[in-house]
Amino acid sequence: MAELLRLDAVSRRFSGLKALDEVTLDVRRGEVLGLIGPNGAGKTTLVNVVTGVTPATSGTVTLQGRDITRLKTFRLARLGLARTFQIVQPFAELSVLDNVTAAILFSQAGATVKSAREAAMADLAFVGLDRQAAQPAATLTLAMRKRLELAKALAMKPRLLFLDEVNAGLNSAEVERATDLIRRLADSGITIVMIEHLMKVVLNVCTRILVLHNGRLIADGAPREVIAHPAVVQAYLGHKYAQQAGLDGRA
Amino acid sequence: MTRSAAILLVLVAAYAVVPLFSDAYLLRLGTFASLYAVLALSWNIVGGFAGYPSFATAAFFGFGAYTSGVLQAGGLPLGVSVPAAALASFVLASALGAVLLRLRGHYFAIASLSLVEVFRELVNNATDLTGGGMGLNIPLSGSSGVLQDATFFFYAMWAVLLATALMATFVGASKLGFGLVCIRQNETAATMVGLDTTLYKTIAFGLSACFVGASGGIYAAWVHYIDPSDVFDILYSVKPIVMALIGGLGSSLGVAIGAFVYLALEEIVWRNYIQIHSGLLGLLIVVMLLFLPHGLMSFRGRLLRRIGRHG
Repeated sequence: MAELLRLDAVSRRFSGLKALDEVTLDVRRGEVLGLIGPNGAGKTTLVNVVTGVTPATSGTVTLQGRDITRLKTFRLARLGLARTFQIVQPFAELSVLDNVTAAILFSQAGATVKSAREAAMADLAFVGLDRQAAQPAATLTLAMRKRLELAKALAMKPRLLFLDEVNAGLNSAEVERATDLIRRLADSGITIVMIEHLMKVVLNVCTRILVLHNGRLIADGAPREVIAHPAVVQAYLGHKYAQQAGLDGRA
Repeated sequence: MTRSAAILLVLVAAYAVVPLFSDAYLLRLGTFASLYAVLALSWNIVGGFAGYPSFATAAFFGFGAYTSGVLQAGGLPLGVSVPAAALASFVLASALGAVLLRLRGHYFAIASLSLVEVFRELVNNATDLTGGGMGLNIPLSGSSGVLQDATFFFYAMWAVLLATALMATFVGASKLGFGLVCIRQNETAATMVGLDTTLYKTIAFGLSACFVGASGGIYAAWVHYIDPSDVFDILYSVKPIVMALIGGLGSSLGVAIGAFVYLALEEIVWRNYIQIHSGLLGLLIVVMLLFLPHGLMSFRGRLLRRIGRHG
């Protein structure tokens, strides 16, 4: 599989704290990459570094061979890097439709307000929010807001999509629906990197898993291998989980 | 074009007939109404659309007044000096905006407020160019009679109002306006979908200063004499915000109506309660904002909801 994104020895410091410590990894085209690890491991920081929200302190990020380490967030968005936020970020008073309109209008060259609004409906239909199109985004339930985040990201026609805990706070039926949506996104050819705590979802959807712990990458590989890895069990999953899954690293 | 934008333009166009029925007093009031509407509509671009509470209006009003005043004193006609003041205001505001608009909320408000003080001190100290604290005399540029003069300046200010209303309408219907609203709603999300927020905010700040500068330029020619404490009066910054709040933030039509309502209030209160007029005006404003937090435009919303319930 061809390499899409590459991080080389990327570090990010917050004064004394090394949130990311010399992380080197690659994302290959077409894969669904799971990013897991305990709270504070640096998962969201990694997404923030790649999307230009908090630039790397050192190291380089390349997108298809092009150095994008110092590019601003809006430029990266136009290059096809889209993300959803752990804490959803809607344009609260705008209609659901106009939230998606904005995503098309500012990411696609040559879009007009009119053309973007016309195109937005298709993305809303994809995530099942077409009936709510005229409502202000603030009136949506949490599950719907998460789907709106997905629709906005999707509307940007991304090459690479980061999903930051899209399932957090959802009930099991909603998780099922969101998981199905992620799978359909992957099937449509979008490369996905997802931060996820629900191991069931990770094992269901991801083709590869990376594990971060204290800002360092401690494992990288196929899902079944990674969750059996002793360091991962130690740092994140716990022995109980590994035993239940029949995958105890000591066995 | 939306219906409220169309109503705004029709109202502004219709306003041009005022001189046909007016004496010098009404013309003077009408000129002030245009001036206030220019300030409020301009402020609304950066304060209403983009949600950046700017207190810099007085800075660019004074800057425009002095730019045009100095040019006129140097012999240039009004028709050249006012557009020059508008252009200079746009360029200066854009340059300053690129720096100041990195601040948000209260920090931005204070920084924009300090612009007024800085400009005033600069003008005060550039005595050779501006006359400093002694003020600046501006040669007469209107026609001979009192009424002709008043009519001339009414139309001059009205022309700036028309230009401002057209600009506001254009912004409201454009990608720029859409982007500014996104910035107000959620700036982080706006950058994340590919919006160049710095560029948009800079243009917005420039546009919000451009016609304010032009109106300052006409004001200078109208009153023939300006001094720093007159044109850099902080009230020129505060009043447009009050007008916008009265009318309804973000709506050009509401803001323009707010400007007219404010002037009417100011005039009525001033004429009838001269000794306590500012206190009474303040009280009225507080009461209005308490009962109409979304301004006069909330009447429109209530009306629509009522129709919707019965429909």
